[in-house]
Amino acid sequence: MSFPLLLAIVATPALGAVIVVCIPAHRPEVVKALGYAFTAATAGLCGYLLWNFQAGDAGFQFVYDKPWIPGLGVRFTLGVDGISLFMVVVTGLLFPLGLLASEKYIAHRVKAYVAWFLMLEMAIMGIFLTLDLIAFFVFWEFMLVPMYFLILGWGSERRKYAAMKFFIYTGLGSAFLLASTLVLGFLHQADTGVLTFDFRQLAAWNGLSGTAEVLLFIGFMAAFAIKAPLFPFHTWLPDVHTEAPTAGSVVLAGVIIKMGAYGFVRFSFELFPQATVDLAPILLVLAVIGILYGAIVATMQTDLKRVIAYSSVAHMGFVILGIFSLTVIGIDGAVFTMVSHPLTTGALFLLVGMIYERLHTREIGEMGGIWKPAPILTGLFVAAMFAGVGLPGFSGFIGEFLSLAGAFIYDRPFAIVATFGVIFAALYMLWSFQKAFTGRAKNAVAKMKDVDLREIAVVVPLIGLSLFLGIYPKPVLDRIEPAAERAVANFERKTDYRSPETSIHRRERLREVQREEAKEAEKAAEEAAREKKGEK
Amino acid sequence: MIAAAQPITTPSVDLWAIAPIMALVGAGVGVVLLRALLRRHAAVTPICFGFSLLGLLVAGGLLFRQWNLVRDDGPITTLAGMVRVDPFAVFLGVVVVAATAMGLMLAVSYLNREGLESPEYFALILLSASGMLMMTTANDLIVVFVSLEVLSIPLYVLAAFDKRRLASQEAGLKYFVLGAFSSAIFLYGIALVYGGTGTTSLTGIASFLAKNTLFEQGTLLVGLGLLLVGLGFKIAAVPFHMWTPDVYQGAPTPVTAFMAAATKAAAFGAILRIVTVAFPQYQDDWRPIVFVLAALSMLVGAIAALAQNDIKRTLAYSSIAHAGYILMGVYAATSRGREAALFYLFVYAFMAIGAFAVVMIAAPRADDGKHSYDDYRGMALRRPVLGGLLIFFVLAQAGVPLTSGFVGKLEIFGSVAQAGETRDYVLLVIGVVSAVIAFAFYLRIAYTLVTEPDDETALAGAYAKPRGVDAWTGVVLFAAAALTLVVGLAPGTFIHFARDAVFF
Repeated sequence: MSFPLLLAIVATPALGAVIVVCIPAHRPEVVKALGYAFTAATAGLCGYLLWNFQAGDAGFQFVYDKPWIPGLGVRFTLGVDGISLFMVVVTGLLFPLGLLASEKYIAHRVKAYVAWFLMLEMAIMGIFLTLDLIAFFVFWEFMLVPMYFLILGWGSERRKYAAMKFFIYTGLGSAFLLASTLVLGFLHQADTGVLTFDFRQLAAWNGLSGTAEVLLFIGFMAAFAIKAPLFPFHTWLPDVHTEAPTAGSVVLAGVIIKMGAYGFVRFSFELFPQATVDLAPILLVLAVIGILYGAIVATMQTDLKRVIAYSSVAHMGFVILGIFSLTVIGIDGAVFTMVSHPLTTGALFLLVGMIYERLHTREIGEMGGIWKPAPILTGLFVAAMFAGVGLPGFSGFIGEFLSLAGAFIYDRPFAIVATFGVIFAALYMLWSFQKAFTGRAKNAVAKMKDVDLREIAVVVPLIGLSLFLGIYPKPVLDRIEPAAERAVANFERKTDYRSPETSIHRRERLREVQREEAKEAEKAAEEAAREKKGEK
Repeated sequence: MIAAAQPITTPSVDLWAIAPIMALVGAGVGVVLLRALLRRHAAVTPICFGFSLLGLLVAGGLLFRQWNLVRDDGPITTLAGMVRVDPFAVFLGVVVVAATAMGLMLAVSYLNREGLESPEYFALILLSASGMLMMTTANDLIVVFVSLEVLSIPLYVLAAFDKRRLASQEAGLKYFVLGAFSSAIFLYGIALVYGGTGTTSLTGIASFLAKNTLFEQGTLLVGLGLLLVGLGFKIAAVPFHMWTPDVYQGAPTPVTAFMAAATKAAAFGAILRIVTVAFPQYQDDWRPIVFVLAALSMLVGAIAALAQNDIKRTLAYSSIAHAGYILMGVYAATSRGREAALFYLFVYAFMAIGAFAVVMIAAPRADDGKHSYDDYRGMALRRPVLGGLLIFFVLAQAGVPLTSGFVGKLEIFGSVAQAGETRDYVLLVIGVVSAVIAFAFYLRIAYTLVTEPDDETALAGAYAKPRGVDAWTGVVLFAAAALTLVVGLAPGTFIHFARDAVFF
């Protein structure tokens, strides 16, 4: 593998941003064309990656490794596995669509918009691909800058408040992430003499004391839980979602809030297995609260965008639920939800954005009867809505079902309580649909135009993909599963946790682990015997 | 009967060792002479500027030569051990010379615009820089004191250089009174340390303390404390920071830029050298003091900056917070800590001068006293390059990744994380939290630059009007931005330099 594919995925948007910055501002059409070209090229590279990804391989593929900050042992290491693969692909897909969706309202300052948008893509790609903790932090923190300026420059009325809240809130979380990362790296150095932040090497190291592991886990959690957003750290999300421009909301809901969940699976799991096992019940409780709280609060919102924002809180609850069920099936479901949620929520945000462009309001009370003047829009909204609430046949169902199944296997009450969230989801979505779309059309609404071809082209791929994955999820699950199994096997190897899953597959793996352990015990006994002989 | 005169034994002088200092002094004195000879000649400013730049170039070249020399053959000690040229000194010397050169280039258009006397400015800034260079090489408390005075006195004058502006005069006076006060404290510290150890040589103190155990440590400890207080004034560490906002705001902007970058480098050089070379046995005594100074500087600097309505004042408070970060490196008391502090001083010099350069060029004629946020409103929209640069420099100071500021903070935090005790972690957490607080005011600057006034009819800030940028300011802006970006993307080479420079 000579062509550094992953580097190209990270570098293409960055290159695009640099070129866009150099284009004079009075040529918006060139800027737009470049924006499409570079996001499309990135999407193409992601497609190539998806095509060439080895489905059965549980390890990291396409690894690219270069030293970066030598004094601190920081390396620029990129790699992809089943968990990050789909996040990268979804990111690659959402960005050109987001740009297409923002065609209308970015009439002013196109150049700055496209440049920030491309930089955002670069940062997100970096987050999902890097394997070095410091490099991960670099992208994690840098991501805030383009997002800040996108909200500030193109958001709605309270954008200053929202942008600042987003930056400070998530920045506070990342501060603890940075501190914990540094402490972890230097503890590793004190123990082994090697200063590295390569997460594979740190994961292989087993020298953390119990207290240190719990504290570091909490330090990492501060960043991931805020970003995820886990109840009660979710308060930034509705404000930011509501004020952000449509494309910003799509990217936020689509990939940025997945970064928290991704961080848990990728880093917390492997670096702090014991702390994860010990603290999993607490996180499960928070996840269940998040599911119910998000759903209940969503029913009370009068702003359509806020409804969807709170529904994201509930959906992310399902993701966290699946992850901390610590079962293969649950992690499968969580990662699958992370793939499907961007599609459904992305479509919903885009549709709400289109309604807003026409009516200049997001208040449900001022809508009503949209179906009459805009039947296609209504049809798309219905499809996206059902995909979002997890109707069987759409991808949302598969993810939620697997997450719940994982939680059920781990401990039944969690799953039983969380299932109510599914019912509430139908409740809030259908309520807001009834109020906004059915009934008699008011004056302003009656004059509203239906969606045009461009807008259909933006939304249909998302709904179509969601439908496809809902009917045929196997290609995705096949690629996620080895990585999920590796994660669970990691717990079983390093802690005394045993997954309660009873499928044949699991039993085999468990036997393998036991066999390995027996072998190791034998070896230890032999060595002890040898030492005794030596003493004699 | 008169005794036969005893021949006085003079110490040997290695002129090469002090050549960079001599070059700056020579250039400064030369500028004064040229001014006297040329009087009102039309070309007096360009000639003096060229001569000053030449002096700086010579000093830079000599430093380059010294760098290779001391790295290969070990440090040069001369003047009876009073001056010691080592990689540490040369590294900081380079920072000082670079900052001086930029302070000089910024001044050209500024002095012209404000109708101020140029050659005097050049001479003063060169003489101050010579004091700073001397400070980085000082291996004796007396030399530290002398260089402290040499660097400070021209700065007092420079702060008050815009004599028609009341704020500038006030800045000069305030800086002078508090500076003189801190010098006196520093001198008292020297006296007490001398009383405790019988020597003022840093290496002498170290070897005395290594061989002897003091029954009564009070004198020495008070002396050490007073030394830290005296230098704490110069680096603007809390609680010795009271002068900073007023002086930074009142002084002509090129002087502020020079002060922020160069004075910090020199004074931190002295602090690092004193605590590391002379008092390694007293770590348990000075580290808690530095802990408190660092924590207070970071928190007070960041929080007070939130409440400011003037960009220059905000940047002054941010420089206080930066002093706190560098003090974290001093606190670590390891070679990694020194490396981090040196690296931070290097990158901060460029970030700070870059930001002040934009602030300087943004102000219209004779309006250097006005830098309120309202004046800057919408600047990045009307003047995208200049406004974008200011946003870039403040984000770099905030420590946003892919800029040099982030790498600097990473190094600093890493050095404290490596120390590995509970109180080190406490300082680490204070550091990262204050960095988040600092985000708020840096973002406020960015916000101001990219938003239009709320009222549609109101005009954008006065500074949003396009005006030309002269070539020398352009050079400074380009150099500062390029360095900040390059170090942020590929810091390897620069970290190696800092790593080679930690040796005394």
